Amino acid sequence: MTRRRRLLAWFARRPGATAAAMLGPGLAWLLLFFLVPIGLMLVYSTMRRGTYGGFVPGFTLEHYRRFFDPLYLDILRRTVVWSLACTVACLVVGYPVAYVIARAGRWRQLLLFLVVLPFWTSFLVRTFAMIFLLRDSGLVNGILLALGLIDQPLALLYTPLAVTLGLVYGFLPLMILPIYASLEKLDHSLLEAAEVLGARPRARFFQVIFPLSLPGVAAGCLLTFIPALGSFLTSDLLGGAKQVMIGNLIQNQFTVARNWPFGSAAAFVVMGLVLVAVLGYLRRRDVGELVR
Amino acid sequence: MRRVPRGVMVAAGVVYVFLHAPLVALMVFSFNDSKFAATWTGFTLEWYRRLFERDDILEGLRRSLVVGLVATAAATVFGTLIALALDRHRFRGRRTVESVLYLPLVTPEIIMGISLLSLFGLVGFPLGIGSVTVAHIAFCISFVTVVVGARLRGMDRHLEEAAMMLGADEWGAFWKVTVPQLLPGIVAGALLAFTMSFDDYVITSFVSGTGSATLPVVVYGMVRRNIEPSINAISTIIIVVTSLLLYLADRLQADRRLPSTVPPPSRRNH
Repeated sequence: MTRRRRLLAWFARRPGATAAAMLGPGLAWLLLFFLVPIGLMLVYSTMRRGTYGGFVPGFTLEHYRRFFDPLYLDILRRTVVWSLACTVACLVVGYPVAYVIARAGRWRQLLLFLVVLPFWTSFLVRTFAMIFLLRDSGLVNGILLALGLIDQPLALLYTPLAVTLGLVYGFLPLMILPIYASLEKLDHSLLEAAEVLGARPRARFFQVIFPLSLPGVAAGCLLTFIPALGSFLTSDLLGGAKQVMIGNLIQNQFTVARNWPFGSAAAFVVMGLVLVAVLGYLRRRDVGELVR
Repeated sequence: MRRVPRGVMVAAGVVYVFLHAPLVALMVFSFNDSKFAATWTGFTLEWYRRLFERDDILEGLRRSLVVGLVATAAATVFGTLIALALDRHRFRGRRTVESVLYLPLVTPEIIMGISLLSLFGLVGFPLGIGSVTVAHIAFCISFVTVVVGARLRGMDRHLEEAAMMLGADEWGAFWKVTVPQLLPGIVAGALLAFTMSFDDYVITSFVSGTGSATLPVVVYGMVRRNIEPSINAISTIIIVVTSLLLYLADRLQADRRLPSTVPPPSRRNH
Protein backbone atom coordinates (compact mmCIF):
# COMPACT_ATOMS: atom_id res chain seq x y z
CA MET A 1 0.00 0.00 0.00
CA THR A 2 1.26 3.40 -0.83
CA ARG A 3 1.35 6.06 1.84
CA ARG A 4 -1.49 7.87 0.18
CA ARG A 5 -3.66 4.77 0.29
CA ARG A 6 -2.80 4.17 3.91
CA LEU A 7 -3.66 7.73 4.76
CA LEU A 8 -6.94 7.50 2.86
CA ALA A 9 -7.79 4.23 4.55
CA TRP A 10 -7.06 5.82 7.91
CA PHE A 11 -9.44 8.68 7.15
CA ALA A 12 -12.03 6.36 5.63
CA ARG A 13 -12.26 4.49 8.92
CA ARG A 14 -12.66 7.75 10.82
CA PRO A 15 -15.36 9.92 9.28
CA GLY A 16 -15.11 12.22 12.29
CA ALA A 17 -11.45 12.92 11.59
CA THR A 18 -12.21 13.53 7.92
CA ALA A 19 -14.91 16.04 8.75
CA ALA A 20 -12.65 17.74 11.28
CA ALA A 21 -9.82 18.00 8.75
CA MET A 22 -12.15 19.62 6.24
CA LEU A 23 -13.85 21.95 8.65
CA GLY A 24 -10.76 22.75 10.67
CA PRO A 25 -8.92 25.42 8.70
CA GLY A 26 -11.97 27.49 7.74
CA LEU A 27 -13.65 27.27 11.12
CA ALA A 28 -10.42 28.08 12.91
CA TRP A 29 -10.11 31.18 10.75
CA LEU A 30 -13.69 32.23 11.52
CA LEU A 31 -13.15 31.55 15.19
CA LEU A 32 -9.94 33.57 15.36
CA PHE A 33 -10.90 36.44 13.12
CA PHE A 34 -14.63 36.66 13.61
CA LEU A 35 -15.88 35.19 16.89
CA VAL A 36 -12.91 36.06 19.08
CA PRO A 37 -12.88 39.71 17.94
CA ILE A 38 -16.61 40.04 18.62
CA GLY A 39 -16.11 38.57 22.10
CA LEU A 40 -13.19 40.89 22.61
CA MET A 41 -15.38 43.82 21.69
CA LEU A 42 -17.85 42.81 24.40
CA VAL A 43 -15.06 42.70 26.96
CA TYR A 44 -13.64 46.02 25.80
CA SER A 45 -17.03 47.68 26.05
CA THR A 46 -16.97 47.09 29.80
CA MET A 47 -13.45 48.40 30.34
CA ARG A 48 -12.35 51.89 31.27
CA ARG A 49 -10.91 54.20 28.73
CA GLY A 50 -7.24 55.05 29.05
CA THR A 51 -6.11 58.65 29.23
CA TYR A 52 -4.63 58.51 25.74
CA GLY A 53 -7.23 56.23 24.24
CA GLY A 54 -7.03 52.45 24.45
CA PHE A 55 -8.19 50.45 27.45
CA VAL A 56 -7.50 50.23 31.13
CA PRO A 57 -8.42 47.07 33.05
CA GLY A 58 -11.43 47.31 35.31
CA PHE A 59 -15.09 46.54 34.90
CA THR A 60 -17.55 49.34 34.26
CA LEU A 61 -20.92 49.80 32.68
CA GLU A 62 -20.46 53.54 32.24
CA HIS A 63 -20.26 53.29 28.47
CA TYR A 64 -23.64 51.61 28.28
CA ARG A 65 -25.03 54.10 30.77
CA ARG A 66 -23.70 56.90 28.65
CA PHE A 67 -25.88 55.65 25.88
CA PHE A 68 -28.94 56.89 27.73
CA ASP A 69 -27.66 60.41 27.33
CA PRO A 70 -30.30 62.20 25.18
CA LEU A 71 -27.67 62.95 22.54
CA TYR A 72 -26.96 59.28 21.91
CA LEU A 73 -30.53 58.11 22.39
CA ASP A 74 -31.40 60.56 19.67
CA ILE A 75 -28.84 58.98 17.33
CA LEU A 76 -30.14 55.53 18.19
CA ARG A 77 -33.74 56.60 17.59
CA ARG A 78 -32.82 58.18 14.26
CA THR A 79 -30.95 55.04 13.20
CA VAL A 80 -33.89 52.78 14.01
CA VAL A 81 -36.43 55.12 12.39
CA TRP A 82 -34.41 55.48 9.18
CA SER A 83 -33.73 51.77 9.01
CA LEU A 84 -37.45 51.06 9.41
CA ALA A 85 -38.31 53.70 6.82
CA CYS A 86 -35.80 52.12 4.46
CA THR A 87 -37.27 48.67 5.10
CA VAL A 88 -40.86 49.78 4.50
CA ALA A 89 -39.90 51.72 1.38
CA CYS A 90 -37.98 48.73 0.04
CA LEU A 91 -40.99 46.49 0.68
CA VAL A 92 -43.42 48.82 -1.08
CA VAL A 93 -41.08 49.42 -4.00
CA GLY A 94 -39.61 45.92 -4.18
CA TYR A 95 -42.72 43.77 -4.00
CA PRO A 96 -44.05 44.68 -7.46
CA VAL A 97 -40.64 43.97 -8.95
CA ALA A 98 -40.44 40.55 -7.30
CA TYR A 99 -43.97 39.84 -8.50
CA VAL A 100 -43.18 40.77 -12.08
CA ILE A 101 -39.97 38.71 -12.09
CA ALA A 102 -41.78 35.66 -10.73
CA ARG A 103 -44.24 35.83 -13.61
CA ALA A 104 -41.84 36.87 -16.33
CA GLY A 105 -41.43 33.47 -17.95
CA ARG A 106 -38.36 33.38 -20.15
CA TRP A 107 -37.33 36.91 -19.21
CA ARG A 108 -37.02 35.90 -15.59
CA GLN A 109 -33.30 35.19 -15.63
CA LEU A 110 -32.48 38.48 -17.29
CA LEU A 111 -34.68 40.49 -14.94
CA LEU A 112 -33.10 38.81 -11.92
CA PHE A 113 -29.65 39.53 -13.25
CA LEU A 114 -30.58 43.18 -13.70
CA VAL A 115 -31.63 43.37 -10.05
CA VAL A 116 -28.42 41.78 -8.82
CA LEU A 117 -26.11 43.67 -11.17
CA PRO A 118 -26.14 47.14 -9.58
CA PHE A 119 -26.09 45.48 -6.21
CA TRP A 120 -22.69 43.96 -6.86
CA THR A 121 -21.23 47.21 -7.96
CA SER A 122 -19.22 48.77 -5.19
CA PHE A 123 -21.44 50.36 -2.55
CA LEU A 124 -19.10 53.33 -2.57
CA VAL A 125 -19.62 53.85 -6.28
CA ARG A 126 -23.38 53.57 -5.88
CA THR A 127 -23.35 56.10 -3.07
CA PHE A 128 -21.30 58.42 -5.23
CA ALA A 129 -23.89 57.96 -7.96
CA MET A 130 -26.46 59.34 -5.53
CA ILE A 131 -24.23 62.33 -4.77
CA PHE A 132 -23.78 62.84 -8.48
CA LEU A 133 -27.55 63.00 -8.93
CA LEU A 134 -28.53 64.95 -5.84
CA ARG A 135 -25.87 67.59 -5.27
CA ASP A 136 -26.51 71.24 -6.07
CA SER A 137 -24.73 70.98 -9.41
CA GLY A 138 -26.04 67.44 -9.86
CA LEU A 139 -28.08 65.90 -12.59
CA VAL A 140 -31.51 66.23 -10.95
CA ASN A 141 -31.04 69.92 -10.28
CA GLY A 142 -29.51 70.37 -13.71
CA ILE A 143 -32.53 68.85 -15.40
CA LEU A 144 -35.02 70.77 -13.27
CA LEU A 145 -33.17 74.02 -13.96
CA ALA A 146 -32.97 73.31 -17.67
CA LEU A 147 -36.70 72.63 -17.75
CA GLY A 148 -37.30 75.89 -15.96
CA LEU A 149 -39.15 74.20 -13.14
CA ILE A 150 -36.92 75.82 -10.52
CA ASP A 151 -34.85 79.01 -10.44
CA GLN A 152 -32.11 77.84 -8.14
CA PRO A 153 -30.86 74.38 -7.13
CA LEU A 154 -32.86 72.52 -4.52
CA ALA A 155 -30.92 71.42 -1.46
CA LEU A 156 -31.34 67.68 -1.94
CA LEU A 157 -28.06 66.38 -0.63
CA TYR A 158 -27.31 66.28 3.11
CA THR A 159 -30.94 65.79 4.01
CA PRO A 160 -32.74 62.87 5.70
CA LEU A 161 -34.39 62.26 2.35
CA ALA A 162 -31.02 61.79 0.68
CA VAL A 163 -29.95 59.28 3.33
CA THR A 164 -33.17 57.29 3.10
CA LEU A 165 -32.96 57.30 -0.67
CA GLY A 166 -29.35 56.14 -0.49
CA LEU A 167 -30.29 53.32 1.90
CA VAL A 168 -33.14 52.19 -0.34
CA TYR A 169 -30.89 52.35 -3.37
CA GLY A 170 -28.30 50.31 -1.52
CA PHE A 171 -30.46 47.56 -0.08
CA LEU A 172 -33.45 47.19 -2.39
CA PRO A 173 -32.21 43.95 -4.01
CA LEU A 174 -32.04 42.37 -0.56
CA MET A 175 -35.81 42.82 -0.36
CA ILE A 176 -36.59 41.80 -3.93
CA LEU A 177 -34.65 38.52 -4.03
CA PRO A 178 -36.24 36.69 -1.06
CA ILE A 179 -39.75 37.84 -2.01
CA TYR A 180 -39.11 36.63 -5.52
CA ALA A 181 -37.87 33.30 -4.15
CA SER A 182 -41.08 32.72 -2.21
CA LEU A 183 -43.35 33.91 -5.04
CA GLU A 184 -41.52 31.62 -7.40
CA LYS A 185 -42.31 28.60 -5.23
CA LEU A 186 -45.98 29.47 -5.15
CA ASP A 187 -48.25 26.62 -6.11
CA HIS A 188 -50.28 27.82 -9.08
CA SER A 189 -53.04 25.29 -8.54
CA LEU A 190 -53.98 27.29 -5.45
CA LEU A 191 -54.50 30.34 -7.62
CA GLU A 192 -56.55 28.38 -10.07
CA ALA A 193 -58.62 27.03 -7.20
CA ALA A 194 -59.21 30.57 -5.95
CA GLU A 195 -60.20 31.64 -9.44
CA VAL A 196 -62.56 28.72 -9.92
CA LEU A 197 -64.14 29.52 -6.57
CA GLY A 198 -64.83 33.02 -7.85
CA ALA A 199 -62.12 35.13 -6.23
CA ARG A 200 -61.46 38.35 -8.11
CA PRO A 201 -57.86 39.32 -8.91
CA ARG A 202 -57.64 41.64 -5.92
CA ALA A 203 -58.91 38.95 -3.56
CA ARG A 204 -56.62 36.38 -5.15
CA PHE A 205 -53.69 38.63 -4.41
CA PHE A 206 -54.55 39.66 -0.86
CA GLN A 207 -55.99 36.33 0.28
CA VAL A 208 -53.74 33.86 -1.52
CA ILE A 209 -50.58 35.29 -3.05
CA PHE A 210 -49.55 37.80 -0.41
CA PRO A 211 -50.06 35.51 2.62
CA LEU A 212 -48.08 32.77 0.88
CA SER A 213 -45.23 35.16 0.15
CA LEU A 214 -44.93 36.23 3.78
CA PRO A 215 -41.84 34.08 4.44
CA GLY A 216 -40.07 35.99 1.69
CA VAL A 217 -41.36 39.29 3.00
CA ALA A 218 -40.09 38.45 6.50
CA ALA A 219 -36.68 37.43 5.19
CA GLY A 220 -36.49 40.49 2.97
CA CYS A 221 -37.37 42.83 5.83
CA LEU A 222 -34.72 41.26 8.03
CA LEU A 223 -32.09 41.35 5.31
CA THR A 224 -32.82 45.01 4.64
CA PHE A 225 -33.22 46.17 8.21
CA ILE A 226 -29.97 44.69 9.53
CA PRO A 227 -27.53 46.29 7.12
CA ALA A 228 -29.43 49.58 7.32
CA LEU A 229 -28.92 49.55 11.10
CA GLY A 230 -25.19 49.13 10.74
CA SER A 231 -24.72 51.42 7.76
CA PHE A 232 -22.49 54.40 8.02
CA LEU A 233 -21.18 55.14 4.56
CA THR A 234 -24.60 56.31 3.38
CA SER A 235 -25.17 58.81 6.18
CA ASP A 236 -21.49 59.74 6.09
CA LEU A 237 -21.55 60.76 2.44
CA LEU A 238 -25.20 61.69 1.85
CA GLY A 239 -26.19 62.97 5.28
CA GLY A 240 -23.45 65.44 6.07
CA ALA A 241 -22.57 66.38 9.61
CA LYS A 242 -26.08 66.67 11.01
CA GLN A 243 -27.55 63.34 9.94
CA VAL A 244 -25.50 61.03 12.12
CA MET A 245 -26.41 57.35 12.45
CA ILE A 246 -25.05 54.96 15.02
CA GLY A 247 -22.56 53.62 12.49
CA ASN A 248 -21.02 57.08 12.24
CA LEU A 249 -20.87 57.30 16.01
CA ILE A 250 -19.00 54.00 16.21
CA GLN A 251 -16.62 54.97 13.44
CA ASN A 252 -15.98 58.32 15.09
CA GLN A 253 -15.18 56.72 18.44
CA PHE A 254 -12.62 54.46 16.80
CA THR A 255 -10.96 57.11 14.66
CA VAL A 256 -11.34 60.70 15.83
CA ALA A 257 -12.56 60.52 19.42
CA ARG A 258 -10.38 57.50 20.21
CA ASN A 259 -12.78 56.24 22.84
CA TRP A 260 -12.67 52.57 21.94
CA PRO A 261 -14.64 51.28 24.93
CA PHE A 262 -17.57 53.57 24.19
CA GLY A 263 -17.33 52.71 20.49
CA SER A 264 -17.37 49.01 21.39
CA ALA A 265 -20.42 49.54 23.60
CA ALA A 266 -22.21 51.34 20.78
CA ALA A 267 -21.27 48.53 18.40
CA PHE A 268 -22.63 46.03 20.86
CA VAL A 269 -25.91 47.91 21.05
CA VAL A 270 -26.15 47.51 17.26
CA MET A 271 -25.20 43.85 17.54
CA GLY A 272 -27.90 43.47 20.20
CA LEU A 273 -30.51 45.00 17.90
CA VAL A 274 -29.36 42.70 15.10
CA LEU A 275 -29.63 39.67 17.36
CA VAL A 276 -33.11 40.69 18.50
CA ALA A 277 -34.17 40.95 14.85
CA VAL A 278 -32.55 37.63 13.92
CA LEU A 279 -33.94 35.80 16.96
CA GLY A 280 -37.40 37.18 16.29
CA TYR A 281 -37.07 35.77 12.80
CA LEU A 282 -35.60 32.48 13.99
CA ARG A 283 -38.56 31.79 16.27
CA ARG A 284 -40.39 31.02 13.07
CA ARG A 285 -37.77 30.05 10.52
CA ASP A 286 -34.36 28.61 9.85
CA VAL A 287 -31.66 31.19 9.27
CA GLY A 288 -30.35 29.06 6.42
CA GLU A 289 -33.43 30.07 4.44
CA LEU A 290 -32.03 33.55 4.30
CA VAL A 291 -29.05 32.68 2.22
CA ARG A 292 -30.24 29.75 0.16
CA MET B 1 -45.82 37.61 -19.27
CA ARG B 2 -48.60 35.93 -17.41
CA ARG B 3 -51.37 38.32 -16.46
CA VAL B 4 -49.58 41.00 -14.55
CA PRO B 5 -51.65 44.17 -14.09
CA ARG B 6 -50.38 47.06 -16.12
CA GLY B 7 -49.89 49.26 -13.05
CA VAL B 8 -47.61 46.68 -11.45
CA MET B 9 -45.59 46.39 -14.64
CA VAL B 10 -45.11 50.13 -14.81
CA ALA B 11 -44.11 50.28 -11.12
CA ALA B 12 -41.53 47.56 -11.69
CA GLY B 13 -40.24 49.37 -14.75
CA VAL B 14 -39.77 52.55 -12.75
CA VAL B 15 -37.81 50.61 -10.13
CA TYR B 16 -35.51 49.20 -12.80
CA VAL B 17 -34.86 52.71 -14.03
CA PHE B 18 -34.19 53.80 -10.45
CA LEU B 19 -31.68 50.95 -10.05
CA HIS B 20 -29.77 51.57 -13.25
CA ALA B 21 -30.16 55.18 -14.31
CA PRO B 22 -27.83 56.64 -11.64
CA LEU B 23 -25.02 54.30 -12.66
CA VAL B 24 -25.57 54.86 -16.35
CA ALA B 25 -25.56 58.63 -15.83
CA LEU B 26 -22.37 58.32 -13.82
CA MET B 27 -20.70 56.40 -16.63
CA VAL B 28 -21.93 58.68 -19.40
CA PHE B 29 -20.64 61.77 -17.63
CA SER B 30 -17.22 60.21 -17.16
CA PHE B 31 -16.74 61.14 -20.83
CA ASN B 32 -18.03 64.67 -20.38
CA ASP B 33 -15.74 67.52 -21.30
CA SER B 34 -16.90 69.81 -18.49
CA LYS B 35 -15.68 69.80 -14.93
CA PHE B 36 -19.13 70.82 -13.74
CA ALA B 37 -20.94 67.73 -14.60
CA ALA B 38 -24.56 68.86 -14.80
CA THR B 39 -24.55 69.59 -18.50
CA TRP B 40 -23.05 67.76 -21.43
CA THR B 41 -20.44 69.80 -23.25
CA GLY B 42 -18.54 67.29 -25.33
CA PHE B 43 -16.71 63.98 -25.41
CA THR B 44 -13.33 63.51 -23.74
CA LEU B 45 -11.07 60.79 -22.36
CA GLU B 46 -9.20 63.34 -20.28
CA TRP B 47 -10.48 62.02 -16.91
CA TYR B 48 -9.28 58.52 -17.75
CA ARG B 49 -5.91 59.85 -18.76
CA ARG B 50 -5.62 61.65 -15.44
CA LEU B 51 -6.34 58.43 -13.54
CA PHE B 52 -3.17 56.89 -14.88
CA GLU B 53 -1.13 59.83 -13.71
CA ARG B 54 -2.16 59.29 -10.11
CA ASP B 55 0.21 57.02 -8.24
CA ASP B 56 -2.21 56.53 -5.34
CA ILE B 57 -4.82 55.05 -7.66
CA LEU B 58 -2.39 52.74 -9.43
CA GLU B 59 -0.85 51.70 -6.13
CA GLY B 60 -4.31 51.17 -4.58
CA LEU B 61 -5.33 49.10 -7.57
CA ARG B 62 -2.23 46.95 -7.24
CA ARG B 63 -2.94 46.38 -3.53
CA SER B 64 -6.59 45.58 -4.18
CA LEU B 65 -5.59 42.99 -6.77
CA VAL B 66 -3.01 41.35 -4.51
CA VAL B 67 -5.36 41.26 -1.51
CA GLY B 68 -8.24 40.10 -3.68
CA LEU B 69 -6.31 37.24 -5.25
CA VAL B 70 -4.78 35.97 -2.01
CA ALA B 71 -8.01 36.33 -0.01
CA THR B 72 -10.03 34.67 -2.76
CA ALA B 73 -7.65 31.72 -3.02
CA ALA B 74 -7.65 31.08 0.72
CA ALA B 75 -11.37 31.67 1.24
CA THR B 76 -12.22 29.43 -1.71
CA VAL B 77 -10.21 26.53 -0.30
CA PHE B 78 -11.54 26.97 3.23
CA GLY B 79 -15.11 27.62 2.15
CA THR B 80 -15.23 24.71 -0.28
CA LEU B 81 -13.87 22.28 2.30
CA ILE B 82 -16.50 23.39 4.81
CA ALA B 83 -19.26 23.01 2.22
CA LEU B 84 -18.04 19.49 1.38
CA ALA B 85 -17.88 18.51 5.04
CA LEU B 86 -21.39 19.83 5.69
CA ASP B 87 -22.70 18.03 2.63
CA ARG B 88 -21.18 14.62 3.30
CA HIS B 89 -20.78 14.23 7.00
CA ARG B 90 -23.29 14.06 9.77
CA PHE B 91 -21.69 15.12 13.00
CA ARG B 92 -22.54 16.57 16.36
CA GLY B 93 -22.43 20.33 16.54
CA ARG B 94 -23.52 20.66 12.94
CA ARG B 95 -26.10 23.31 13.79
CA THR B 96 -23.46 25.25 15.70
CA VAL B 97 -21.12 25.12 12.74
CA GLU B 98 -23.89 26.38 10.46
CA SER B 99 -24.69 29.22 12.85
CA VAL B 100 -21.05 30.26 13.00
CA LEU B 101 -21.03 30.24 9.21
CA TYR B 102 -24.16 32.31 8.80
CA LEU B 103 -23.37 34.83 11.51
CA PRO B 104 -20.81 36.77 9.43
CA LEU B 105 -23.46 37.13 6.75
CA VAL B 106 -25.78 39.06 9.05
CA THR B 107 -23.18 41.00 11.01
CA PRO B 108 -22.88 44.65 10.03
CA GLU B 109 -19.54 45.26 8.39
CA ILE B 110 -18.62 48.09 10.68
CA ILE B 111 -18.75 45.68 13.61
CA MET B 112 -16.45 43.23 11.85
CA GLY B 113 -14.15 46.14 11.08
CA ILE B 114 -13.80 47.56 14.58
CA SER B 115 -13.68 44.17 16.29
CA LEU B 116 -10.83 43.07 14.03
CA LEU B 117 -9.11 46.37 14.68
CA SER B 118 -9.41 45.70 18.42
CA LEU B 119 -7.96 42.22 18.00
CA PHE B 120 -5.04 43.39 15.88
CA GLY B 121 -4.39 46.14 18.40
CA LEU B 122 -4.42 43.70 21.31
CA VAL B 123 -2.00 41.19 19.83
CA GLY B 124 0.16 43.81 18.16
CA PHE B 125 -0.51 42.58 14.64
CA PRO B 126 0.82 45.33 12.35
CA LEU B 127 -1.86 47.03 10.28
CA GLY B 128 -1.19 46.87 6.59
CA ILE B 129 -1.79 44.75 3.57
CA GLY B 130 -1.42 41.58 5.69
CA SER B 131 -4.13 42.51 8.17
CA VAL B 132 -6.40 43.53 5.31
CA THR B 133 -5.93 40.12 3.68
CA VAL B 134 -6.65 38.32 6.96
CA ALA B 135 -9.89 40.28 7.34
CA HIS B 136 -10.97 39.69 3.75
CA ILE B 137 -10.44 35.95 4.06
CA ALA B 138 -12.65 35.99 7.17
CA PHE B 139 -15.59 37.66 5.46
CA CYS B 140 -15.31 35.67 2.22
CA ILE B 141 -15.33 32.14 3.67
CA SER B 142 -19.03 31.90 4.58
CA PHE B 143 -19.96 33.24 1.25
CA VAL B 144 -17.98 30.66 -0.74
CA THR B 145 -19.51 27.96 1.46
CA VAL B 146 -23.02 29.15 0.61
CA VAL B 147 -22.40 29.18 -3.15
CA VAL B 148 -20.53 25.86 -3.26
CA GLY B 149 -23.08 24.30 -0.89
CA ALA B 150 -25.90 25.24 -3.26
CA ARG B 151 -24.06 23.52 -6.09
CA LEU B 152 -23.40 20.43 -3.97
CA ARG B 153 -27.07 20.05 -3.12
CA GLY B 154 -27.89 19.95 -6.81
CA MET B 155 -25.24 17.34 -7.59
CA ASP B 156 -25.65 13.69 -8.40
CA ARG B 157 -23.87 11.47 -5.88
CA HIS B 158 -24.45 8.38 -8.01
CA LEU B 159 -21.68 9.31 -10.44
CA GLU B 160 -19.17 9.20 -7.63
CA GLU B 161 -20.48 5.85 -6.44
CA ALA B 162 -20.33 4.54 -9.99
CA ALA B 163 -16.70 5.64 -10.30
CA MET B 164 -15.86 3.80 -7.10
CA MET B 165 -17.67 0.69 -8.23
CA LEU B 166 -15.61 0.82 -11.39
CA GLY B 167 -12.47 0.72 -9.32
CA ALA B 168 -11.55 4.29 -8.47
CA ASP B 169 -10.46 4.89 -4.91
CA GLU B 170 -12.03 7.72 -2.93
CA TRP B 171 -9.24 10.06 -3.89
CA GLY B 172 -9.54 9.30 -7.59
CA ALA B 173 -13.31 9.55 -7.51
CA PHE B 174 -13.07 12.86 -5.72
CA TRP B 175 -10.63 14.44 -8.18
CA LYS B 176 -11.93 12.89 -11.37
CA VAL B 177 -15.68 13.02 -10.71
CA THR B 178 -16.62 15.28 -7.81
CA VAL B 179 -14.31 18.20 -8.45
CA PRO B 180 -15.09 18.59 -12.16
CA GLN B 181 -18.79 18.56 -11.36
CA LEU B 182 -18.33 21.02 -8.55
CA LEU B 183 -15.95 23.29 -10.42
CA PRO B 184 -18.51 25.79 -11.78
CA GLY B 185 -19.76 26.34 -8.22
CA ILE B 186 -16.24 26.78 -6.91
CA VAL B 187 -15.32 29.22 -9.66
CA ALA B 188 -18.54 31.17 -9.15
CA GLY B 189 -17.89 31.37 -5.43
CA ALA B 190 -14.33 32.50 -6.08
CA LEU B 191 -15.40 35.20 -8.56
CA LEU B 192 -17.95 36.57 -6.14
CA ALA B 193 -15.48 36.43 -3.26
CA PHE B 194 -13.02 38.38 -5.37
CA THR B 195 -15.67 40.96 -6.20
CA MET B 196 -16.47 41.42 -2.52
CA SER B 197 -12.85 41.73 -1.55
CA PHE B 198 -12.14 44.10 -4.41
CA ASP B 199 -15.09 46.31 -3.42
CA ASP B 200 -14.76 46.33 0.31
CA TYR B 201 -14.33 49.72 1.85
CA VAL B 202 -15.70 49.56 5.41
CA ILE B 203 -13.70 46.70 6.93
CA THR B 204 -10.59 47.65 4.98
CA SER B 205 -10.72 51.25 6.16
CA PHE B 206 -10.45 50.08 9.77
CA VAL B 207 -7.73 47.47 9.40
CA SER B 208 -5.51 48.95 6.70
CA GLY B 209 -3.72 51.49 8.86
CA THR B 210 -1.97 54.33 7.10
CA GLY B 211 -0.06 53.93 3.89
CA SER B 212 -1.70 50.79 2.59
CA ALA B 213 -4.91 52.11 1.08
CA THR B 214 -6.66 49.76 -1.32
CA LEU B 215 -8.52 51.11 -4.32
CA PRO B 216 -11.87 51.65 -2.52
CA VAL B 217 -10.10 53.53 0.27
CA VAL B 218 -8.46 55.79 -2.31
CA VAL B 219 -11.79 56.32 -4.05
CA TYR B 220 -13.44 57.17 -0.73
CA GLY B 221 -10.82 59.87 -0.23
CA MET B 222 -11.57 61.23 -3.70
CA VAL B 223 -15.29 61.31 -2.99
CA ARG B 224 -14.71 63.03 0.34
CA ARG B 225 -12.43 65.67 -1.06
CA ASN B 226 -14.82 66.14 -3.89
CA ILE B 227 -15.49 65.79 -6.90
CA GLU B 228 -13.78 65.96 -10.14
CA PRO B 229 -14.86 63.80 -13.05
CA SER B 230 -11.96 61.43 -12.36
CA ILE B 231 -14.24 59.78 -9.80
CA ASN B 232 -16.74 59.13 -12.57
CA ALA B 233 -13.96 57.58 -14.62
CA ILE B 234 -12.67 55.26 -11.88
CA SER B 235 -16.29 54.41 -10.96
CA THR B 236 -16.97 53.47 -14.56
CA ILE B 237 -13.99 51.15 -14.60
CA ILE B 238 -15.11 49.55 -11.33
CA ILE B 239 -18.68 49.13 -12.59
CA VAL B 240 -17.53 47.52 -15.83
CA VAL B 241 -15.09 45.14 -14.12
CA THR B 242 -17.52 44.00 -11.41
CA SER B 243 -20.31 43.60 -13.95
CA LEU B 244 -18.13 41.33 -16.06
CA LEU B 245 -17.13 39.25 -13.03
CA LEU B 246 -20.74 38.95 -11.93
CA TYR B 247 -21.81 37.99 -15.43
CA LEU B 248 -19.21 35.21 -15.52
CA ALA B 249 -20.25 33.99 -12.07
CA ASP B 250 -23.89 34.04 -13.09
CA ARG B 251 -23.20 31.98 -16.23
CA LEU B 252 -21.43 29.40 -14.11
CA GLN B 253 -24.21 28.89 -11.62
CA ALA B 254 -25.81 25.54 -12.15
CA ASP B 255 -29.43 25.92 -11.15
CA ARG B 256 -30.85 28.57 -13.38
CA ARG B 257 -34.05 28.89 -11.44
CA LEU B 258 -32.62 29.98 -8.12
CA PRO B 259 -31.37 33.46 -7.53
CA SER B 260 -28.09 31.86 -6.73
CA THR B 261 -26.17 35.07 -6.94
CA VAL B 262 -28.00 36.21 -3.84
CA PRO B 263 -25.41 38.22 -2.07
CA PRO B 264 -24.74 37.63 1.53
CA PRO B 265 -26.66 40.12 3.59
CA SER B 266 -24.07 41.79 5.71
CA ARG B 267 -21.49 42.02 3.01
CA ARG B 268 -23.23 44.82 1.28
CA ASN B 269 -23.98 47.00 4.19
CA HIS B 270 -21.71 49.90 4.56
